[in-house]
Amino acid sequence: MAEVRAEMVANVWKVVAAEGDHVDDGDTLVMLESMKMEIPVLAEGPGVVTKMHVAEGDVVQEGDLIASIS
Amino acid sequence: MLDSVLVANRGEIARRVIRTARRTGMRAVAVYSDADADLPYVREADQAVHIGAVPNPQPARSYLDAAAIIDAARQTGVAAVHPGYGFLAENADFARQVIAAGLTWVGPDPGAIEQMGDKIRARNLMERAGVPVSPGSREPVCDMAAAVAEAERIGYPVMVKAAAGGGGIGMGVAADEAGLRSAFETARSRAERFFGSPEILIERFVERARHVEVQILGLADGRVLALGERDCSVQRRHQKVAEETPSPGVSAGLRERMLAAAVQAGQAVAYRGAGTVECLVDADAGTFVFLEMNTRLQVEHPVTELVTGIDLVEQQFLIAAGEPPSFDPAAVKPFGHALELRIYAEDPVRFLPGPGKITEWAEPAGEGVRVDAGYEAGNTVTPFYDPLMAKLCVHGADRGQALDRARDAVAAFRIAGPKSNLQFHADLLASPEFSTGDYDTSLVSKLRPAQRDRGGVTGG
Repeated sequence: MAEVRAEMVANVWKVVAAEGDHVDDGDTLVMLESMKMEIPVLAEGPGVVTKMHVAEGDVVQEGDLIASIS
Repeated sequence: MLDSVLVANRGEIARRVIRTARRTGMRAVAVYSDADADLPYVREADQAVHIGAVPNPQPARSYLDAAAIIDAARQTGVAAVHPGYGFLAENADFARQVIAAGLTWVGPDPGAIEQMGDKIRARNLMERAGVPVSPGSREPVCDMAAAVAEAERIGYPVMVKAAAGGGGIGMGVAADEAGLRSAFETARSRAERFFGSPEILIERFVERARHVEVQILGLADGRVLALGERDCSVQRRHQKVAEETPSPGVSAGLRERMLAAAVQAGQAVAYRGAGTVECLVDADAGTFVFLEMNTRLQVEHPVTELVTGIDLVEQQFLIAAGEPPSFDPAAVKPFGHALELRIYAEDPVRFLPGPGKITEWAEPAGEGVRVDAGYEAGNTVTPFYDPLMAKLCVHGADRGQALDRARDAVAAFRIAGPKSNLQFHADLLASPEFSTGDYDTSLVSKLRPAQRDRGGVTGG
């Protein structure tokens, strides 16, 4: 079970992966936007997205849970 | 003489424009969003008008709300509007609305903004005016098949970018057709999202190039002056991080040709006010090509001010009022060397944004040191706007002295709370490439190979 967390304060611009999706290492899960930059949040290993904790338009703080992968 | 101005911007540039306005006896009005209510520029203005709530999820809605800004100008009875840079500064429709409201627009004619805002039209216009341009598209590239054919004609590597774009957003380099397909797709989606136009420009990418720009000033009497160049080759994600003047990669002969071309560029659009002609320089060959013209005050304008002693914002106000400049154009003689280091709220290794509440903020001081800051201790750097917290500028009698002063100033600057790229600047100033001046636009990726590791952070 891997937990993917936000590295910075940001807005959730796009949710790319959905719950139940199979993802590989390096696949984009969500796109964040902060300070006029788009920052992809990537899967750090293969697995299935069991829970997506954010929705488009949400604001995440550093360390907030974005997705659970198992 | 203008007696009052509304500054349609925020942060360091609003503060900097307000400073000159007040020094020259003008009443200065600020506008602000909820997120910026505590920033120094709001307090330092004579009046401040709230124009928007916390801008989420649409960043910067407030400073892009032309109607709210013009209302604020009417309410406060100002004579003029200064747009700063970014936001509405290069929006010809906004300039027209300001003028239609009976206000003075502190910027060039809206027609010149429009001609230069479309990078393809601008390239074609410059080519006709005798300014060198790189091989590239003369018409917008609208679909993948056209992009592939156009890149083939121009020759790889190519740069792909939004015709209506700016700020490095969506720009990509392609070395072959596969790269081109991906760069075109990215550029097109970014172009639509950020600039509202899918038109794409493809041009030959110059490797090992320096990015050098010329400051021009179109006077009220129609003359166009060139006030020296700025080297902006230190870039991450196609965005500038540090600038200097004079450029260590430009010889006296090349400088003379670049300044003359910049004057021609300005004359071709009957330019009035402060503008910048950006070029790519092949230092080895001693040649340059036109890149684009920015029809506004540039972020890095302080380095030109430091070596010339000219307050460019003051000239903008004078020109907008139809008056002569405060200096003698025949007697401009740049002295010494100046650097600007952009202090961003981002980590110094991967350059990822790191907004936050500022718990400590201590600016360096000393001979030749100028800090243009948008924040102070107690403020919060929010994720809604660009990451520029301050510009650390230094002047010295020569480049060596300027570098020494910059190293001391970086070491003395204390910022805690948000992340900052101060350590990057320390490393930059310690690098042999920057120290000797022998660098090009690839310098940052050489100093920070790690930033390319994962993901594709874009924009900014």
